[in-house]
Amino acid sequence: MGYKKLLLGDEAVAQGALDAGISGGYAYPGTPSTEILEYIQEAPLARQRDIHRQWSSNEKTAYEEALGMAYAGKRALVCMKHVGVNVAADAFVNSAITGIRGGLVLAVADDPSMHSSQNEQDSRYYAKFARIPLLEPSNQPEAYRMTRYAFGLSEQLKLPVMIRLVTRLAHSRGDVHIQEESLENDLNPVSDKRRFNLLPLNARVNYQRLLSKQDVIRKTAEKSVYNKIEKTEDKSLGVICSGLGFNYLLENFEGHNCPYSIYRINHYPLLEDKLREFGSSCEKLLLLEEGDALIEEKVRDLFGPEKTIMGRLDGTLPRAGELNPDLVAEALEIKEKQVYENPENLPSRPPALCAGCPHSDTFEFLNETLENYPGNRVFSDIGCYTLGALEPYEAIDTCVDMGASITMAKGAADSGLETALAVLGDSTFTHSGMTGLLDAVYEDSAITVLILDNATTAMTGGQDSTGKGQLENICRGLGVSDEHLHVLKPIKPEHEKNCTVLKNELEFDGVSVLIVRRPCIQI
Amino acid sequence: MKYDLLLAGVGGQGILTLSAILGKAALAENFHVKQSEVHGMAQRGGAVVSHFRMSENRIASDLIPTGKADLILALEPLEGLRYLSYLKENGWMISASSELKNIKTYPETSFLHDKIKNVPNHLIVDGATIARENGLRRAQNIAMLAVAGPLLPLDKIKLKNSIADFFNSKGEDIIQKNLDVFDSGYQKGFSEIKK
Repeated sequence: MGYKKLLLGDEAVAQGALDAGISGGYAYPGTPSTEILEYIQEAPLARQRDIHRQWSSNEKTAYEEALGMAYAGKRALVCMKHVGVNVAADAFVNSAITGIRGGLVLAVADDPSMHSSQNEQDSRYYAKFARIPLLEPSNQPEAYRMTRYAFGLSEQLKLPVMIRLVTRLAHSRGDVHIQEESLENDLNPVSDKRRFNLLPLNARVNYQRLLSKQDVIRKTAEKSVYNKIEKTEDKSLGVICSGLGFNYLLENFEGHNCPYSIYRINHYPLLEDKLREFGSSCEKLLLLEEGDALIEEKVRDLFGPEKTIMGRLDGTLPRAGELNPDLVAEALEIKEKQVYENPENLPSRPPALCAGCPHSDTFEFLNETLENYPGNRVFSDIGCYTLGALEPYEAIDTCVDMGASITMAKGAADSGLETALAVLGDSTFTHSGMTGLLDAVYEDSAITVLILDNATTAMTGGQDSTGKGQLENICRGLGVSDEHLHVLKPIKPEHEKNCTVLKNELEFDGVSVLIVRRPCIQI
Repeated sequence: MKYDLLLAGVGGQGILTLSAILGKAALAENFHVKQSEVHGMAQRGGAVVSHFRMSENRIASDLIPTGKADLILALEPLEGLRYLSYLKENGWMISASSELKNIKTYPETSFLHDKIKNVPNHLIVDGATIARENGLRRAQNIAMLAVAGPLLPLDKIKLKNSIADFFNSKGEDIIQKNLDVFDSGYQKGFSEIKK
């Protein structure tokens, strides 16, 4: 049985989850994780079974909804980018304390080299922090098989399991052998009332249970087919690799015949005994891991300064950024000379707003109006409009994390900054902007908020936004007065009018919201 | 057989479309495939690259090492040169001639062409005109894929089937026009590469 299909790493996770019998996929879009739920939304099996596949408002709501499904006994997949885990962290960490009933798998896509992100934090630390197992596929077929395996593991351990991808796997296609799908779980909600009530008296008991599970968690990692030691005659070097590090190692040897012993770690937690045993059997060690130096730190702790350990911490590999076959070749000192050099001083080509983008017109009237307000600051957020930081507009001063525009503007206004503006998109507003706006209304802060409503989540490719058609109601509901709530259209003929409305609201000593509305030209 | 191909261009030029078409054709040949893409922010008019690898044997890395690419196929000359270090000895550099100048400091045409002509096996082809002449202005990407077609270890029919598959939802007319663009481009490539 089965067939072959060319799938992105993201899609392989989605297909694996579908075939594992999930009853729901939950996510907020974020590069490079977006394609996981998108694939589920288009999958015939998902339609046939009518499993849940709508976008959530943010990663925290997505995680909690998935947790609710797992509470009810069914299998759920929740997906996000690495920084999304920061948003979902409260639910995530505590779901390890409650445990789960139906399988719960969190698929996280990290972005080393920050292709589309504000940092390159390594999600493996989160799995360690929450004391749950983590699986890290090296290729697309593994992403498929591991996801299926993760649901079984999750139910066996009664814990959420994390799958960690990186951009180069998430957004790379490979051929995957697809197997027959499993059935969904029956509805079977938790009945023990103490289990999910994390009152301190219950939480203490549950936390002890999580701690006592650590032995079993380690044993499953010990037996896992995804951790492998392959020893060779050559004892001069041992290579410890995880995820894509393994691929880049093999790439450098004809026929993939690496002369050195290899310890592949794709199923965490780390096993001290195995690391000690493997490390002792080789003179030197080389660590190949994507992201931070999680394994390397452990190995250095185990062996101390006497052992030669090469990796990201001693400069053998760069401290930041993703690995590639060339960096690994250099680390192995087998880099061949290139035939061609790149021409020097080629100009870079950064991304830019599309021609005809509504945000361009917004930045036009924003910049013109603000010319009369020296000392102004525009606190912005994460989305296509972040490109307004670049030439030709250079219209925004900050972009930190989802929703930080409104709250940072408020904080700056609190400190006495006179002209504090917030600029954020419709989807970012419903993700994390609403609660900040409530803070501002509560204190009657002197800020002017521009919600750029393009009716979609544009940067990630045009996903539905949960607040579509509701923005005015949401703002009113949060207490913004009708008098200071405006809807503007960012088009050339309305330019003067838009400048005037903005100017008037900048003069107002309280919360104003301008919903600047024109659909994205890509939808 | 092992063939590594680097596709370069600007967001919106249809690099991802070419990757998808190549992927399907390579799978029809029963090859192993790895195809790494850029999604997200860079797609908004920025530099976009796709690493495409096919082989009879399992492929380890999703990324092509520098100095190993058999072909750089560029939809824009500056973007092709950006990845020149990936080209192997005797590898081919095939670039579209039309320049996409959405940046202030775009180099002189002569500079770009000189650099491309330093590669012994190179072609600079007016793919946009091939596309336009076949009634599909936006199909420069298909034209350029076709120009490189004779070099690829892929059956011409399988490539055409893959194109037809990709545009299946767009209707007969669009499918046929794309295939016409492909045929013209392929012929152009065939005669130029033979020289």
